[in-house]
Amino acid sequence: MHQVYDRIDRDPRFHALARARSRLGWTLSGLVLVAYYGFVLAIAFAPGWLARPLGPDNTVTVGIATGLGVIALSVALTGVYVWRANRSFDRTNADIVANATRVAGGPYDAG
Amino acid sequence: MKKPLLAAALLIGMGASLGALAQATGVTDGMNMNAIAMFLAFVMVSLWITYWAAGRVKSTSDFYTAGGQISGFQNGLAITGDWCSSAALMGIAGLIYTTGFDGLIYSVIPFGAWPLMMFLLADRLRNLGKFTIADIVSVRMARVPIRSLIASAGLAFVVGYLIVQMVGAGTLISSLFGLKYEYAQVIIGFLIIVYVAFGGMVATTYVQLIKAVLLLSGASFITFAVLAKFGFSPEGLYEAAVTNHPTAEKVMQPGGLLSDPINAISCGVMLLFGGAAMPHVLMRFFTVPDAKEARRSVAWAATFIGYFYLLTFVIGYGAVVFVMKDPQFLDAAGVIKGGANMAAIHLAEAMGGDLLLGFISAVAFATIVAVVAGLTIAGASAISHDLYANILRHGRASDAEVMKVSRFASIGLGILGIILGIAFKEENIAYLIVLPFTISSTVFFPVLFLAMYWRRLTTTGIVVGGWLGLASAVVMLVVGPTIWKDILGHAAPIFPYKYPALFSMAISSVTMIVVSLLDNSARARAEVAAFDDQFVRSQTGLGAEGAARH
Repeated sequence: MHQVYDRIDRDPRFHALARARSRLGWTLSGLVLVAYYGFVLAIAFAPGWLARPLGPDNTVTVGIATGLGVIALSVALTGVYVWRANRSFDRTNADIVANATRVAGGPYDAG
Repeated sequence: MKKPLLAAALLIGMGASLGALAQATGVTDGMNMNAIAMFLAFVMVSLWITYWAAGRVKSTSDFYTAGGQISGFQNGLAITGDWCSSAALMGIAGLIYTTGFDGLIYSVIPFGAWPLMMFLLADRLRNLGKFTIADIVSVRMARVPIRSLIASAGLAFVVGYLIVQMVGAGTLISSLFGLKYEYAQVIIGFLIIVYVAFGGMVATTYVQLIKAVLLLSGASFITFAVLAKFGFSPEGLYEAAVTNHPTAEKVMQPGGLLSDPINAISCGVMLLFGGAAMPHVLMRFFTVPDAKEARRSVAWAATFIGYFYLLTFVIGYGAVVFVMKDPQFLDAAGVIKGGANMAAIHLAEAMGGDLLLGFISAVAFATIVAVVAGLTIAGASAISHDLYANILRHGRASDAEVMKVSRFASIGLGILGIILGIAFKEENIAYLIVLPFTISSTVFFPVLFLAMYWRRLTTTGIVVGGWLGLASAVVMLVVGPTIWKDILGHAAPIFPYKYPALFSMAISSVTMIVVSLLDNSARARAEVAAFDDQFVRSQTGLGAEGAARH
């Protein structure tokens, strides 16, 4: 197995894929952390802002709307990641693995 | 296990349920017949599933991971069942009922764990893991010290979480069904033992899946009924809540909770990183065939759990409107019957009468049972796979031996749950939930994250940092405001913050990094060199544990 891993490790497409995956993962994680810590810090430092009604005729406050927004954003970003990873990333990944195992002689037997 | 033994266990289960029925009808004068009928239906169905599942559990792989053959959608539902404890429905509704907006904070912040789990952990966890989270770290680290640390922390996590669930369950069930508290403990403990010891992960998965469907449909129905009263205008609901609540418009605004910045950040660290690395939830990633299905599971789980948290925005304020001023839900002093945690249950009765009350009561029961089953199988796997097979027997035990230990461990944990549930009766145990989340953010998250992302991490670094972090977390909790001041009655806490996670996670992570960098042993060099192979496997899934072949 080490030889196959080694061969994949020398494939530039593998490193390009790993970089693309990690760029997407860290970008989305950054957005999520900013949203959540923004919310937490707003509760600690700017409760007055969260307490404001959304508009002059509203009972719903900025805080309630922000809370809903943070949850909705998380679900949406999770969807974005799966959509990218289960399509383009997995296709490239299958190519890289097929290439490395073909050179090794015969298809790879996962069992 | 032997079929006659299982058949006997099933008979006892049904007998106990019928006994519960007889006793409950005697005590409550048949008041809650719907609840009891639906509770019995759930018990019968779950025992039937266990009987079916028992025939499918032939190896340790079946027992721990259902043979890796659960689909992403099913697993997403089961994870929802694992994650949403009774605290999520009744606790949050109760908090909103009393404090308004501050209760909602507990709906929003824990959810952040889901996207983080997806972006940083899910793929790599599935590609590296087998049965437990210790397997992931053991890919390139020394087996014995790593598993001792993770299994010990895991058992502390499970026991802390278990006490909270068992005590909550006993109180809830005795007030819902009119059962004696101790009797409720024994029934739950017994059901868990039957599900886990006989049906393993297969039965646990289906119990969690059914519970998730029940919970989501019950909560959806209450939300629909509440919104229908206001012509589906949330604005109307919130106006009525402001009119009804003693704090008036403050019910829509942040109150005193998390007003201290350090405490707020520390609580956020605990819920986000601790929530992202809970062993009983991560263990579910190994029940699907590959990383693609693991990602699908997380996406479905995030959708269902996010949807559920959105419903709490309506259910909590709905209780303020429809329960707070209704004399049938209040005692002579005008206080809500059964405490604020009953707000969601009373709201169900207000919206749908006896039938919906019965349904939601059965849902609450199923919720607790499913969470406790998930915790029990996580604890049993730590004992049998990490401690027994890998440490005690150095990986040389046979599959049949490990199976036997797993089943006995499940039985032991079920009995331990009953004993602890009874021992902690009438204690205020809400603070105990801080312990498992703190352990998770201090030990599991940094260890998993660094092992998968940082080449230079070594066994010595993990062991020193992990134990130090664990010890510091426990000490800070004990000398903190909740235990030292409120429970032990000292004048002032030695450690000023309620949530130590920020500090304990910093201690464990920094120590792991520093000790690893200083570690120049031959073993450390081999572990660093093994990172490349581990990295390729974690990215490509090549060499990952696949679905079991039968």
